[in-house]
Amino acid sequence: MAKEERDPHTGYLTTGHEWNGIIELNTPVPRIIYFFLGAAFLFSVVYWILMPTWPLGTTYTKGLLDSDQRAYVDNTIKQAALQRADWTARIEKENYADIQKDPRLMEVVRETGRALFGDNCAACHGREAQGGKGFPNLTTQSWLWGGTPDAIAETIRVGINSAHPETRTSQMPAFGHDGMLKSNEIDNVVAFVRSLSNPSTKDLPAAKVAAGKTLFAANCAACHGEDAKGNSEVGAPNLTDPFWIYGGDAQTIETTVWGGRQGHMPTWESRLSALDRKILALYIVGLRKPNP
Amino acid sequence: MFGFHYRLERKAIGLVLAIIGVASIGGIVEIAPLFTIHQTVEDAPDMRVYTPLELAGRNIYIREGCYACHSQMIRTLRDEVERYGPYSLAVESKYDHPMLWGSKRTGPDLARIGNKYSDEWQVEHLNNPRDVVPESVMPAYTWLLRTKLRTDDLSNHLRAQRTVGVPYTDDMIANAAADAYGQAAPDSPQADGVVTRYGKATTVRPFDGRPDELTEMDALVAYLQILGRLTDAAHKPIASAEK
Repeated sequence: MAKEERDPHTGYLTTGHEWNGIIELNTPVPRIIYFFLGAAFLFSVVYWILMPTWPLGTTYTKGLLDSDQRAYVDNTIKQAALQRADWTARIEKENYADIQKDPRLMEVVRETGRALFGDNCAACHGREAQGGKGFPNLTTQSWLWGGTPDAIAETIRVGINSAHPETRTSQMPAFGHDGMLKSNEIDNVVAFVRSLSNPSTKDLPAAKVAAGKTLFAANCAACHGEDAKGNSEVGAPNLTDPFWIYGGDAQTIETTVWGGRQGHMPTWESRLSALDRKILALYIVGLRKPNP
Repeated sequence: MFGFHYRLERKAIGLVLAIIGVASIGGIVEIAPLFTIHQTVEDAPDMRVYTPLELAGRNIYIREGCYACHSQMIRTLRDEVERYGPYSLAVESKYDHPMLWGSKRTGPDLARIGNKYSDEWQVEHLNNPRDVVPESVMPAYTWLLRTKLRTDDLSNHLRAQRTVGVPYTDDMIANAAADAYGQAAPDSPQADGVVTRYGKATTVRPFDGRPDELTEMDALVAYLQILGRLTDAAHKPIASAEK
């Protein structure tokens, strides 16, 4: 090691190396770096003592604060439930009609319902509950399984054709695929069905409609009713209104009659609490628009 | 103290050893807990393994990079638990090799997506997300419906998973291709084998709506519909907390 030399201008030590008269300064690390290094180390020591840190085989150092993330989240959820308790208790206890009469309570229902709907229902039924092909519009007066808050809450609970043991079950048979109706018969039924919701449809020959009516009475009326107004006991849609789940044009109705339909709505019993389902049912009823 | 460092810097071997010593502290802290993982991770005796079809779907999930935008990890935070369901437990990823927890959410978390939506929705959504969610920014995966699922290599995939600890039986490995077909074709003779080998709770249904054809869509939807449902361990602590 070269002998220690001090630079006369700066007062720092040199490294002791010299290249053609140029001497390298051994500039010390700035004090502030040592300060932050020390501060960070002290912080970590305090953190080790207070919080869970070191693994010890099958356990770990628990820390003096007894902090536990799982207990923490359970606790915050409980706290949040307590904060809402004054109105959640009322929604849980009161019946639908009473809640609907209270504008302040319905305000909360709309706020909470919107978030619940967005997280859970909007994927299929659309953000504004407008539905889509195969996913019912929830803003109409037309309901497969009944449009009362009670009926809606039950549909949410058990689902339709779902894995729930009490599921609502609706199976429109595949009349064409399974050979129950011949293709010209399907044509006639489709003509008749189209005439129901739109009697002014011009391109429908009366003979086909009449033939379709007979076939309808024999094959379809059991579920859809003699008057084709549907049956919410079996989830059969009303065919005389302007609302269609899959579409009301000739092509789509023919596809429906030929291949059948087994729409599926999941059960929400294990995913949403009874309170959440009640709020959702009320929220959905509130979205309904009057018939056009 | 600093004098020690000066002297150490002048000794090559000594410095290398010191670097190794310091750098391995971080490694030990991360690795050491794995030695006792069987005692520290929750028990889930009822947990089932992925069926060959679900495993194929999982491979498609990895291939298409779904994990880049979707996490499978519900953190212990109130907003996540209220939106997605019970927080994820380590044991739920027991058979995930590699794990797909992810670290970025452009789309929502998928840890509990299983059975949340219908198969029809999943198919339409994967085919073109805008058809069902107009505001979605997710890419369309149109080829899944028209691409036949490759099944001849499934036995090897199962064998590889067994090597890293997933308890697949010889019977499961030998029948992987047939089981993959049977799970998406409920009326086929192969369907019974799936239930015998993987249990009654296994979902056997035509995931993409066409039982006669086994597509990548079948596999991916089968996988999505089992997410969060291999075990119900995560639902137990929450249930007890409510009481």
